[in-house]
Amino acid sequence: MTEKVLIVDDDKAFLQILAERMQNRGMEVSTAESAAEALKMLEKESYDAVLLDLMMPEMGGIEALQVMRKKQPEVQVIFVTGHPSVSKGVEAVKLGAMDFIPKPVDMAELTEKIHQAKASRMILVEKRSQEKIKKILTDKGW
Amino acid sequence: MTTDAGLVGRTGLQFFGKMCASISHDIKNVLAVVNENAGLVEDLCFAAERGKPLDPLRLKRVAADVKAQIRRGDDIISGMNRFAHSVDSESVQVSLPEIIELLSALCSRFAAMRGVALKVDCPEAAATVVTSPFLLLNLLWLCLELAMAAAGPDRTIVLSAARTENGACLRFRKLERLQNVPADAFSNEPAAALCRALNAEVRIDGQAQEIAARLADPRG
Repeated sequence: MTEKVLIVDDDKAFLQILAERMQNRGMEVSTAESAAEALKMLEKESYDAVLLDLMMPEMGGIEALQVMRKKQPEVQVIFVTGHPSVSKGVEAVKLGAMDFIPKPVDMAELTEKIHQAKASRMILVEKRSQEKIKKILTDKGW
Repeated sequence: MTTDAGLVGRTGLQFFGKMCASISHDIKNVLAVVNENAGLVEDLCFAAERGKPLDPLRLKRVAADVKAQIRRGDDIISGMNRFAHSVDSESVQVSLPEIIELLSALCSRFAAMRGVALKVDCPEAAATVVTSPFLLLNLLWLCLELAMAAAGPDRTIVLSAARTENGACLRFRKLERLQNVPADAFSNEPAAALCRALNAEVRIDGQAQEIAARLADPRG
């Protein structure tokens, strides 16, 4: 099944070319040039993975991640950044990011991480629906 | 107690590091786009080997994108080179429009991160001042940091520079939220030491909605 991916980066040239390459690999790709735009898109759609730039105007990647996790707790965020530092990486993972990928991007590595993101998200979605069913059954005393 | 030279040196090194980090980030972004374009050509060749015809128009677009990124990278590296050479001399004739343009180029990324646009307005093309270009850039950066916190609703800061009777005045205008900046924001020791080293004075003027750095020129 096709992976559904949202790429968020303020560098339009990077956004477009990365999207095209991922589409060539059979992925369904949406793009956003700001965190605010991405958050709006996440209100209407869910994605298997969100590729998020760390440094963006107005709202940076870390702040965007926190809001995304509140909106969709199962969202799988992979940071794509020019300068991944250990401290930023630790902070991002503590806040729920799935991984970090440095720029320039290694497409094979990125594709692998998107597959992992999809698998992780499906497990979380499945877990949440089982919990919901369990709660309904408990509430009804079945 | 830290000497003025020590304070100026430390502040200068922090400034140099900050600018270098920002420049390297910009260069990484250029390389990332070039890398994706090279990857796309590989993808197209791979598809061609499997019978899908190559689209010359798509290849032309890739070439145009790579050329655009090379121009972008060249601009960044030219700015970096000018910035690196700003430490060459402690006292040299500095073109005011050029130093303001360089500041704008170096700091546009920081400004963009804060949703601020920088606009250069230097009509006096031949205006110069004798000073240390690096220390002047450092002082202007400290002014700009304050100015970004005070940008008005249209999020534009106008940078201007002009000769005065005995030196030069460099201004950060359209600061409609200067009430966010304490009047004594420039009285900390590193900034004061920098002002003394440059024979400069910085004024935060709420009424004029500007921060102005005035420099005395040893030529008078």
